[in-house]
Amino acid sequence: MKYKFWVGLSLVLICSIFSVVQAKEELIVYSGRSKSLVDPIIKQFEKENGIEVQVKYGNTAQLALTLMEEGEKSPADVFWAQDGGALGTISKNGLFSQLESDILSVVPSKFQAAENQDWVATSGRARVIAYSTKHVKVEDLPTSIFDLTDPKWNSRVGWAPRNASFQSFITAMRVLFGEEKTESWLLAMKNNGTKSYPKNTPIIQALAAGDIHVGLPNHYYLLRFKKANSNFPVNQQFFQSQDVGNLVNVAGIGILKSSRQAKLAKKLIHYLLSPKAQQYFSSQVFEYAVTDQIIPNQQLLSLEQLIKESPAIDLSQLNDTEGTLKLLQKVGLL
Amino acid sequence: MKKPPWYLALPILFVGMVILLPLGYLLIKAFSVRPSEIIGLLFRQRNFDLLTNTLILAMAVVLCSTLIATPMAWLTSSSDLKFKTVFTLAGVLPLAVPAYVTAYALLSLTGFQGQQTLGIDLPSLNGFSGSLIALTFYTYPYLFLNLRSAMLGLNPTLLDSARSLGYSQWSATWHVTLPQLIPAFFSGGLLVFLHVIGDFGVVSLMRYETFSYAIFSQYMAAFDRTYAAWLALIVIALTVLLLILEFNFIKYKYYHQTGKTQSRPPRLTRLGKWKWLAYSFLIGILFLSVVIPTFIVLFWSGRGFSALGFISLVEVILQSASVSVLTAILSTILALLFTYTSIRYPSIFFRTFERLSYIGYAMPPLAFGLAWIFLSLYGLPIIYQTFCLLILAYMLHFLAESIGPIRSAILQIPINLEEAARSLGRSPFSAFWHTTFPLLRNSMIVSFSFIFLAIMKELPITIMLSPIGFDTLALRLWSHAEEAMFVEAAPYAMVLVIVSLFFVAVVFFKEVESD
Repeated sequence: MKYKFWVGLSLVLICSIFSVVQAKEELIVYSGRSKSLVDPIIKQFEKENGIEVQVKYGNTAQLALTLMEEGEKSPADVFWAQDGGALGTISKNGLFSQLESDILSVVPSKFQAAENQDWVATSGRARVIAYSTKHVKVEDLPTSIFDLTDPKWNSRVGWAPRNASFQSFITAMRVLFGEEKTESWLLAMKNNGTKSYPKNTPIIQALAAGDIHVGLPNHYYLLRFKKANSNFPVNQQFFQSQDVGNLVNVAGIGILKSSRQAKLAKKLIHYLLSPKAQQYFSSQVFEYAVTDQIIPNQQLLSLEQLIKESPAIDLSQLNDTEGTLKLLQKVGLL
Repeated sequence: MKKPPWYLALPILFVGMVILLPLGYLLIKAFSVRPSEIIGLLFRQRNFDLLTNTLILAMAVVLCSTLIATPMAWLTSSSDLKFKTVFTLAGVLPLAVPAYVTAYALLSLTGFQGQQTLGIDLPSLNGFSGSLIALTFYTYPYLFLNLRSAMLGLNPTLLDSARSLGYSQWSATWHVTLPQLIPAFFSGGLLVFLHVIGDFGVVSLMRYETFSYAIFSQYMAAFDRTYAAWLALIVIALTVLLLILEFNFIKYKYYHQTGKTQSRPPRLTRLGKWKWLAYSFLIGILFLSVVIPTFIVLFWSGRGFSALGFISLVEVILQSASVSVLTAILSTILALLFTYTSIRYPSIFFRTFERLSYIGYAMPPLAFGLAWIFLSLYGLPIIYQTFCLLILAYMLHFLAESIGPIRSAILQIPINLEEAARSLGRSPFSAFWHTTFPLLRNSMIVSFSFIFLAIMKELPITIMLSPIGFDTLALRLWSHAEEAMFVEAAPYAMVLVIVSLFFVAVVFFKEVESD
């Protein structure tokens, strides 16, 4: 019994070592998007193109750190990240290679690395204002994110200062309105009793609980809650058009300089931007498609409307996470 | 002073050095900027506040776990209660659930969520009290199992001698029994303390800010590996301080008897009418630490089981379990090597080496993972992203968990057993194998279980260092929970608990058989 176990285990070990050696013939993806969201689409890509894809799943920031540590020795061909900030960091560290125009032209310029041209969005998610239907009427919602500092919202608002999407939103505010105005908004919000949560999900739960009355999450968390429970007592809304509170951040993808499979990598990116994959993101994952060749999800705006609602900002400017962190630390939110 | 033979000394020296390698990486990273540039950032008020928060929480958790674990350990080792193995197993169970799931379960029982699940309106748990409760119910098994092994190893004849020399029951307990439990208390308490310092999952959900907040945001939000390295070094300095305290407190007295008396199985205390109080205490603790999280997970998983593919699940279970079992076996052997040498061949040098394992344990997992990426890619690239590296990293990180139980057991075993066997012509190994080793079995089971359970639910090191395509139950659970898909996540939590419990039950029932 015991000896069988050891033999089995050594076989597993030997096989695993060989599988790593063999892996050179495959496409290796580091995915900060979780397996539950992207595995079906990867499987479909493998089937249709006869290319084997090995995916290392993990947290976006952790994989970005891994890539930075690996440097030019990275075995990865492609980095698929959950947010613009991490993509910007990899781009800033010079680890991505430039993309060609046949890829760049498919995606609206709002949703790609404008300057370095080394990553494109694969899907988008919007910042929204979510509210408890028990405590707030739609018509009473503020039209601008700057109205939330009003005393009438005292102790009724929830946010997640350590969440990467929230930080991207603050970075956007700094880019659009400057350090001073952002700082005074943060301080005013803090003094108005705004409650901090570790991430988006607890905000939605706190809204349902009535602990807070409005919150600042991404748009899709609520849709997932509603999928599990259609009577969930929370709804969401955009601020007025172009308000920075409607920031659309993206999940995006780039090819690493260390890759020896650039051709296969390009094929994957093309596939992810194809109508089939985009349709999947919109109807299964509840995210916004970044191309407009799909049947729109009724719970989401069309791409055209989305571009209209979202603030005008170059997403590659969102890579100054460090400055945002310093600001958040300065005002005592981190 | 006796010197250990080369076959003990060499592996220890080697492993000790390897444990220190990541520390070297941190120092290189930290000193890649001039300290003067970073000192202001490092010694600001906020870091002191976070450190204070951390220490207060850690001490409170150690205190509360002791209050729970000590009576539990005594009841399941030295009393005449029934179902002791069942209670013991149930006392291990909290370790089978990732801490963030426990915290989540507690959160969803209070406030609005609680109203929905239970129909009762409990005040919502948050901040310090929430973290204290969640972490106590999560970490008390470390103390419980360490203390229980030590109590099982007590020799009742010592207590009898003390009584016959005129000590009262209480003062005999105080002077004879308690000192024998001190090593177990320290190794369990140290684990709990270090665990609280390193915890991020629970405190972030409970919104109580500790030092790991600072480390986490530097790595994960600012991508600033230099500043993060400095913060990690602060945690390690704190750990070294704790180790020095412990080092000076336990002067490695020998806790075994030296006379000719034969050790006999511990006498079980009759509880009489106190029995019901004891049962309700145990059941109460188990209700809070096991039943509630399980109930919540079941509540979620009601709708999710159909979503599981059976075949892919079996594959994931096999991958998780085989790596965890292998690592747990290797760690237990390594722990035996370390503790045996440092106790049987006492010298400052080897005692220090034994303590090195705690430095591996205290190193923030993100820093530890990055260090091994760097060390392997630039030192031995052939092992990068292989099981070899993954298991090595797991072992070096978790070794400390397996040291405690074995250490307190060896301290209780008289050395002259082995000497007698030697004088009858046995080789050193054969003498050890036939005298000391059988007496270590129970504590090795505990060590094995600690490591096994830790690795079954481990995340950051797995993400960074595992071979591509390696999939574990913990990864699946986390990836669903991260996307707020609780219905899909819950079955994985359930399976994780069941598989973990199954393995631990198998080894624990071995313990019963051998009695």
